[in-house]
Amino acid sequence: MKSRHLRLLQRTYVVLIFCVMYLPILVLAVFSFNESKSRTVFTGFTLDWYRSLFTNRMILSALALSLVVALVSAVVATVVGTMATVGISAMGRKSQLLINNISYMPVVNPEIITGVSLMLLFVFLQNCASRFEALPDAFFGLPTLLIAHITFNLPYVIFNVSPKLRQMDSRIYEAALDLGCTPRQAFFKVVLPELTPAILSAFLICLTYSIDDFIISYFNCGTLQTLPIAIYSMTRKKVSPEINALSTIIFLVILAIILISNALDSRRYKREQSLGKAGERR
Amino acid sequence: MRRTLRPWACAAAVLALGLTAAPGAQAADKIQVNEDISVSGDYDWKRFEGQGITLNVYNWGLYISDGSEDSVDVISAFEDLTGIKVNYTTFDSNESLYAKIKSGGVSYDVIIPSDYMIGRMIEEGMLAPLDYANIPNVSGIGQEYLGWPFDADNTYSVPYMWGTTGLIYNTTMVQEAPDSWADMWDVQYTGNVLMFNNSRDAYAVAAKKLGMSLNPSSVEEVDRVIEELKAQKSVVQAYVMDEIFDKMEGGEAALAPYYAGDAITMIQDNPDLAFVFPKEGVNFFVDSLCIPANCKNKEAAEMFLNYMCEPDVGFANCEFIGYSTPIQEVWERLDDDLKYSEIAYPSDEVLDKAEAFTTLSAEVNSALDTAWSDMKSYDEGGSGWMVLVFLILALAISVFNIWRRVRRKLRNEY
Amino acid sequence: MIKSKAAASPYLVWMVIFIVAPLLIVAYYAFTDASGSFTLANIMAIGRYSSVFARSLLLAAEATAICLVLAFPVGYFLSRLRASKQHIMLMLVMLPMWMNFLLRTYAWMSLLENNGIINTVLGFFGLGPFRMINTAGAVVLGMVYNYLPYMILPLYTAMTKIDDSIIEAAQDLGASTLGTFTRVLLPLSGPGIATGITMVFVPSVSTFIISRMLGGGANLLIGDLIELQFLGNSYNFNMGSAMSLVLMVIVLLCMSFTSSFDEQEMEGVM
Repeated sequence: MKSRHLRLLQRTYVVLIFCVMYLPILVLAVFSFNESKSRTVFTGFTLDWYRSLFTNRMILSALALSLVVALVSAVVATVVGTMATVGISAMGRKSQLLINNISYMPVVNPEIITGVSLMLLFVFLQNCASRFEALPDAFFGLPTLLIAHITFNLPYVIFNVSPKLRQMDSRIYEAALDLGCTPRQAFFKVVLPELTPAILSAFLICLTYSIDDFIISYFNCGTLQTLPIAIYSMTRKKVSPEINALSTIIFLVILAIILISNALDSRRYKREQSLGKAGERR
Repeated sequence: MRRTLRPWACAAAVLALGLTAAPGAQAADKIQVNEDISVSGDYDWKRFEGQGITLNVYNWGLYISDGSEDSVDVISAFEDLTGIKVNYTTFDSNESLYAKIKSGGVSYDVIIPSDYMIGRMIEEGMLAPLDYANIPNVSGIGQEYLGWPFDADNTYSVPYMWGTTGLIYNTTMVQEAPDSWADMWDVQYTGNVLMFNNSRDAYAVAAKKLGMSLNPSSVEEVDRVIEELKAQKSVVQAYVMDEIFDKMEGGEAALAPYYAGDAITMIQDNPDLAFVFPKEGVNFFVDSLCIPANCKNKEAAEMFLNYMCEPDVGFANCEFIGYSTPIQEVWERLDDDLKYSEIAYPSDEVLDKAEAFTTLSAEVNSALDTAWSDMKSYDEGGSGWMVLVFLILALAISVFNIWRRVRRKLRNEY
Repeated sequence: MIKSKAAASPYLVWMVIFIVAPLLIVAYYAFTDASGSFTLANIMAIGRYSSVFARSLLLAAEATAICLVLAFPVGYFLSRLRASKQHIMLMLVMLPMWMNFLLRTYAWMSLLENNGIINTVLGFFGLGPFRMINTAGAVVLGMVYNYLPYMILPLYTAMTKIDDSIIEAAQDLGASTLGTFTRVLLPLSGPGIATGITMVFVPSVSTFIISRMLGGGANLLIGDLIELQFLGNSYNFNMGSAMSLVLMVIVLLCMSFTSSFDEQEMEGVM
């Protein structure tokens, strides 16, 4: 009897927490359909804000920039990071520890410090370059944005892929060599496929971090605007419900991605289970 | 105010007129860009078409007719007209504009700072001299708006808009209409007062309240006025800039100082609001179009300046943002509401008491910057002792950690 | 196994230039004045801003404590669910996290305003209006809301490793509910708690948007102060770097607290 009460209490509590977590998002979504600009009184249904959002050049170009930066930085970070993981694994324990500790810096440091320190570096490089006219004038902008994003993405790749590499059975690789593969072939045909799931998930993490990042971009964007920076500048002006419409769309896109990946996951999980209960192994 | 200005203005106007090309074009040879905007036909707008040029324009938020709320989109009209792409971004105070450009690396092509900041940027060599051969439309600008002391012969700047500050209040939330800056210190409005979130404007409010000049000449003067701002802190709900629009229109606060042109927009949206020029006097400002020294497409930027001085464009901007225009023809075309608005075009009585910002000496400027962050971080409760508590806490945590480690070591040994 | 250290060389170069060098530059700026000569004045001047540092630490500590208290039962509840349900619930926890935090914070603005939704609803019941926006409480709320998932997830991860049988054993051996909680559950979820505390405290103490949007600019935090030096009103790189350095020390202190727990745990939770 007592435990049933307890369970009910628990359940109500968790539901309550979820309510609080989703309430603001729900409010945003509801008021994206509001006819007037009021943020508190719902006066009537309209889709106008969505329409004006899709003709808002500032938002669209910011979105395009965000996607470009996210894709390029995620690809570069994944490639360089995966190579680094392989290289680091060949090193001695002491240098591994040192490199890992340094790599932790962007993860552990507050974002504002990463942002500010990179900005100082870029300013410094710019000043050096202006003496030799080595760098183009518009150094701040896409180049700095990409460098910054790659920098904070790299550690996530390394920390995602290296455990997988450590777990891998090294005898597979040796077997491949024994069977006549060159080291290069062995890497691409045997090791890489093993690592693919980890690399892919690292890539996705990079992509989402990069699209979501505001603080680091804020200090290093030059004259450009990524989507979060555009959102920031929108919240500082007379606010239009376009921003609600934007949030709703973003939320739905994320929901869709998560549901799809979830469905794929569970299908794979079921298949693995039917193939000799492999899924049960931790 | 305007009258005191004329001596310089005449000299400058002669100079400016000397540089300008033919007088305003006839309606017949205008190029029509869209139904709202036609530009003069004797200017070669197309010379950069197809060259893939992008202009980086950096402006105050809500300071151009951008196509929202059924207004005219003057930027896309410029792109259609010239084939030049515009990357338009916004800032929220002169100081953040300065920091962004000063930090280096960022290269904007057109910026719109206010008077005192233009003076400072000129002193520091951050602006490029303009070639008026490319900006013939400057002839349309009224002479009294040219030749300000910050840029006496308009070598670096073309006036965009002018205006004054003032006090906006919500008539339903005040007992009697405020008429003085001192009302912003009134404890009956505790939690209902908004304040400028930039040093010069906030300083000006406090200085005027004290009957002092809004241009401090010494560090002591700065300290005196900043003390006044610290005293105000317990009354202030929030330090904001363009957020004032939403907050005042939504009835979130009773009093807010802001720019007169924005007050017009706010009153249009919420008739409960009203505007007053406080009796101590206000700040008179001129915001001007400038080109930074490291601009890469100067001629295209000058074309943008010229475009902004087109009567149609000026009219669209003026109607949308409500600020006061320096272009005579634009003023003539305005609706009577705006044209004879006491807020946008205040009486000589108000203007006589108005004071413009001047560029401060480097010493006073840095004192003001520091005092401003002091003021912002000032805490009435004086939580300095909290630091001590945290130090002790940090120490306790590290001792605890060491103790744990020792204990673990001991345990491992046995 | 694969012996090619060379593969890491692009990353090592990158690491040195874009991770190590920037931090060195921060240190350089912190200890020099505008003309580039060595000075301790910047570090000394930070004493003037002690109230900001105190406020940041206090608000971040409050937010972290609240997060811990709120998240603990949630983590426990999730960890006791069936595996398939766990998956869905985890998704639900993470979903708001993928929304940009600016939008999430912005949503709270319209909820908390004087004429906002909460006050309107309360008004129907004849309550209020309460002043919520632009207070320190609103800032803490913003932090809790934004970083709660960062507390739930590590707690959950730690608690899934606690076997039901251990708890049952404790109860069978006569431990009270409280005893089971303090002597079994709490110690065993220690690594999760430590990770959660860092993951909430570090972003909270360094945030500069939440305080601006919900605190009205009067509740200045360290992050705001740093931003003010670099892209804002004060424009003083040297001062800003000194502040960043101090912030870094605070964070490292906080990390040293966490790292005394098992490193392996950290990796699993990241």
